[in-house]
Amino acid sequence: MSPWPFVIAAYGVTVALTLALLLWSYASMRRAEAAVENLKRQ
Amino acid sequence: MHALANPARFLRFARPVTTWLLLVGLLLAIGGIAAGLTLTPPDYLQGETVRILYVHVPSAWLGMAGWIGIAAASISQLVWRHPLAAVAGRAVAPAGATFAAICLITGSIWGRPTWGTWWEWDGRLTSMLLLFFLYLGYVALASAERERGGEGRIAAIYGLVGAINLPIIHYSVLWWRTLHQGESIGLSGSSIDASILWPLPLTMMGFTCLFAAATLMRMRADLAKAKVEARMRRMGRE
Repeated sequence: MSPWPFVIAAYGVTVALTLALLLWSYASMRRAEAAVENLKRQ
Repeated sequence: MHALANPARFLRFARPVTTWLLLVGLLLAIGGIAAGLTLTPPDYLQGETVRILYVHVPSAWLGMAGWIGIAAASISQLVWRHPLAAVAGRAVAPAGATFAAICLITGSIWGRPTWGTWWEWDGRLTSMLLLFFLYLGYVALASAERERGGEGRIAAIYGLVGAINLPIIHYSVLWWRTLHQGESIGLSGSSIDASILWPLPLTMMGFTCLFAAATLMRMRADLAKAKVEARMRRMGRE
């Protein structure tokens, strides 16, 4: 049994879920802070 | 901590720190992963699969550290009524749940070639799975409480009760000597050879910085939403 598919799968899952968490958090922050700015301009 | 109790002061601190944590975290995590995949020798027993160590151990640490953060925020809220404690608890939970999930998935992937099975109801694996479900419960409870306009006290009590699982996870490999290996990295040293171990601090620090950055971004989002809701309520009254 070649070990590399397991190693690649473990790293792939880690990178994908970490990036998803960061992008989701960044998008939530940008959306919420943009709403504050819009409200200030009104 | 009390110096940052004022949300405006907290935001002045959080804005530059978020960017730095992201940059340093990405740099360290990418460096550690590259080193772990290319510069270290294979293990004499496990061969190349030992490289999963560099992502599995940080995710296990962060899965548990996240709940330590929730417990600290819960105490801070229940005892000192820190105004940002509930916000911090809500922000830590999704990051903790993500890393607990990464720990479970990478552990399962590591288990197949090493133990010959994807899953076993062993003490460490089961208590870690329980931690993941505790996170899901906390996220649901804290969101529901926030939507109802509550102070987050029920979520804080749940956070403290859930912390009972942390020593169970830590000591599970000593109490129930089943499939998961015993402690190989402790405060007094490590049973892993230094030629294999050295990239681990890089990925540990890198993913910890990324975890902290995600938490700060979620806290900023939560505070901004609260500001918009307060402004809308005021506008509705005028």
